Amino acid sequence: MKYQVVIGLEVHTQLTTNTKIFCGCSTRFGATPNSQTCPVCLGFPGALPVLNRKVVEFAIRAGLATNCSIAPRSVFARKNYFYPDLPKGYQISQFDLPICLDGHLDIEVEGERKRIGITRIHMEEDAGKLVHADLPGVGDDSCVDLNRACTPLLEVVSEPDMRSPDEAIAYLKKLHQIVVYLGICDGNLEEGSFRCDANVSLMPVGSTTFGTRAELKNINSFKFIKQAIEYEMERQAEILDEGGRIIQETRLFDPGTGTTRSMRGKEEAHDYRYFPDPDLVPVIVDAAWIEEVRATLPELPEAKRTRFAAELGLPEYDAEVLAASQELAHYFEATVALFPQPKTVSNWVMGEVTRALNEDGKGIADSPVPPALLADLLKLIEAGTISVKIAKTVFDEMYRTGKEPAAIVAEKGLVQVSDTGAIVAIIDEVLQKEAGQLAEYRSGKEKLFGFFVGQVMRISKGKANPALVNELLLKKLNG
Amino acid sequence: MEIFELTIHELHQKLKAKELSCVEATRAMLARIESVEERVNAYITVTPEEALLEAEAADRRIAQGGMDILTGIPIGLKDIFITKGIRTTCGSKILENFVPPYDGTAVARLKERGAVILGKLNQDEFAMGSSTESSYFGATRNPWDLDCTPGGSSGGSAAAIAASEATATLGTDTGGSIRQPASHCGCVGLKPTYGRVSRYGVIAYASSLDQVGPLTRDVTDAAIMLGAVAGHDPLDSTSVDTPVPDYLAGLSAGVKGLRIGLPKEYFIAGLDPDVKRSLDEAIALYRSLGAEIREVSLPHTEYAVATYYLLATAEASSNLARYDGVRFGLRSEAARGLADMYAKSRAEGFGTEVKRRIMLGTYALSSGYYDAYYLKAQKARTLIRQDFLAAFEEVDLLLTPVAPTPPFRIGEKLADPLQMYLSDIFTIPVNLAGTCALSIPAGFSAGGLPIGLQLIGKPFGEQDILSAAYAFERETGWHKRKASL
Repeated sequence: MKYQVVIGLEVHTQLTTNTKIFCGCSTRFGATPNSQTCPVCLGFPGALPVLNRKVVEFAIRAGLATNCSIAPRSVFARKNYFYPDLPKGYQISQFDLPICLDGHLDIEVEGERKRIGITRIHMEEDAGKLVHADLPGVGDDSCVDLNRACTPLLEVVSEPDMRSPDEAIAYLKKLHQIVVYLGICDGNLEEGSFRCDANVSLMPVGSTTFGTRAELKNINSFKFIKQAIEYEMERQAEILDEGGRIIQETRLFDPGTGTTRSMRGKEEAHDYRYFPDPDLVPVIVDAAWIEEVRATLPELPEAKRTRFAAELGLPEYDAEVLAASQELAHYFEATVALFPQPKTVSNWVMGEVTRALNEDGKGIADSPVPPALLADLLKLIEAGTISVKIAKTVFDEMYRTGKEPAAIVAEKGLVQVSDTGAIVAIIDEVLQKEAGQLAEYRSGKEKLFGFFVGQVMRISKGKANPALVNELLLKKLNG
Repeated sequence: MEIFELTIHELHQKLKAKELSCVEATRAMLARIESVEERVNAYITVTPEEALLEAEAADRRIAQGGMDILTGIPIGLKDIFITKGIRTTCGSKILENFVPPYDGTAVARLKERGAVILGKLNQDEFAMGSSTESSYFGATRNPWDLDCTPGGSSGGSAAAIAASEATATLGTDTGGSIRQPASHCGCVGLKPTYGRVSRYGVIAYASSLDQVGPLTRDVTDAAIMLGAVAGHDPLDSTSVDTPVPDYLAGLSAGVKGLRIGLPKEYFIAGLDPDVKRSLDEAIALYRSLGAEIREVSLPHTEYAVATYYLLATAEASSNLARYDGVRFGLRSEAARGLADMYAKSRAEGFGTEVKRRIMLGTYALSSGYYDAYYLKAQKARTLIRQDFLAAFEEVDLLLTPVAPTPPFRIGEKLADPLQMYLSDIFTIPVNLAGTCALSIPAGFSAGGLPIGLQLIGKPFGEQDILSAAYAFERETGWHKRKASL
């Protein structure tokens, strides 16, 4: 490969505060157009912004979770440009003095760990939405919905540290996991809660001078990120190969064709004329507030994963799956608290529980089987009351009815038969009936052992203790 | 004395004594407006129906024993104040038909006290001007001489007092827009300390400079109005959360022992002789009342006008971006497509001075010029503020002229905008420093035109300038002279 790609990512995360960043309107998604507005977010004459404290708290959380330093004093600035979805004709953002600086995220790609720098995180307001589709009575015109205007955003800017589309995706997934874990963003890419712009440039392999970059916009899934970056890499390589120069521009990704096209002529190189917003005072964050927020931070996925592996002895794979979602991790730990055998619990959570929920289209938070009941079920297995196989049936019933496992076992008479005498009786019955097979077994067909076990299980309606069956059958056959 | 000539406190006494009803007082005011408005053009919108309804409500309130000093008092509001359901134009064509869906805080506070709103007063477009000549709705005339301007930008607010078309009015002051017209119209005009009064519901010109303040017949009225609107507002992040004193309480404190500073940079050689004479007489009077007069220096005064015209225009260029024809206000019929809609709506909607300042401000903020202009101006501003704070270490307040000349003729200063800008030289520094000041009537020119004197106080020192002004007013009675219309 002649060229090395350099990728920097800018992610805009919509914060899940109840109200907007500078006014008290609701941030709820999907309301009737322009029903969640007021003079402030509509940019009416005479209206003034008032900062939502929760947004600052969320920004501090994000900064702490990404190892940033939190600025004791940060300033809101106006970014001036005209567009119909921007009511005031400027966006209130942060420029010179953002709230978080100099953080990092560690990612893993094909077993290799790498640190991606985070240049800054800042707070800003979102713009409204333009609707260009044919609307009844509107025809060719475009319409503006300002419900989204003034929704709080955190913009996370990475250093241009990524060197492959896979690294970019790993970074995005990690960042996505963190903001969802922190409870500050719902991470819904389709609804636009987590938006990614990619800055992509090429430089000759071995060089240290970055090439000219293009900024890619309108990418709303992880799959498209990869597509867009790869297309861009090809496009730029072709131009450079022919001796051309890359133009610094904004390019729109088209998911239909998997290509990017220039936005030049639409939104030209802007001089945003940033200046500190005189309607807002500087944001002062003291050490006490930082510590207050730090105390409310959940254990983050990385730390949890490490703890699951090191302290609970889970294999890496299990640890990673269970730590990936805060709710799943919580469910797992709640069960382990009642039944302290992590690997067993892990198997069941990743196995039966997840299977049942997936089939049902539910998330772990909505599981009809709470940790306590799962633990009860596992205790029954451990006590030998039921076999693992029967337990799966009981679980399905628990899922369906919400009943306790002991009750189901009693109701359906599923108690495992561990009475030696009873099992021997069944074995005798089977061996007598299958005299022919028995003869074949004695003459060397050892595979038939399984057949006999199967028969015993069938007659006992699955309730015979499998371990005992094996032991007793072996004795009978060899004895 | 006619009802329409009374001060707030005089009218209040009569209303309290039930010598007349609020409805009668408002009727008298509306009749007065009708008889002189054609000559003065102080109002853009008069709201007789709403005013009478409010007066009726005030009468009911009084009958129920809930009277307040402002209940039933007929007030005029500069058309920069957002009033729910009442057209608010800011003196501009671009908002010619704009009817706001909400009330601003200052307006709401006055209404809560039972004040009656007579209508919206004329002003320079978007508060950009010193003569009210840039209003889309025509110039207001100075009741003392109809060929002269009343000053600006709160020209309508000042003229309404002088012409007795309101008992008291509210204006805004960004570079002198309350004080200068008050001086030119022979009434009292107060600009509070920045952050003292909420800006929520005040159409923004320069956010770090704009302040709301009263224009009144006398100092007592100014104290009453200030008390009614001052105080922290959670809807304005720049409003200050400190207690509001009783501004009436210390009014007659007197000036014995008060240290009054005369900034030497303000008493320039070229000062109009009538203005100089009035100031000299005022200084002598204060001395005789027991004040200590001394010279002080505000060394960075010469940079004030340039600093102001960079910072104010920069902020204005951003504040006025919202007038784009998308959600409210004028949208050009001739426009085809987005860029065209923006360009044509704003070209048609804005007047010349507004366009001039938007361009100036955009330039000052633009890439490559930000450091040399905007940033530099901010630094100069800090120095100017420090000048004032240092002076207030030595003296309690400052005494200066308000305007370099008596009121000028309509059309006189339109040829050269810079001439107009330079006339704000004594008022602008106060806005840059963020402190308080007022203008009180201090005499008349040889031609019978009003001359005002400015008292500048330390930040949140409104009580001191009000009491010093009160002492002056008591001795001189300049404020009692009335324009003959």
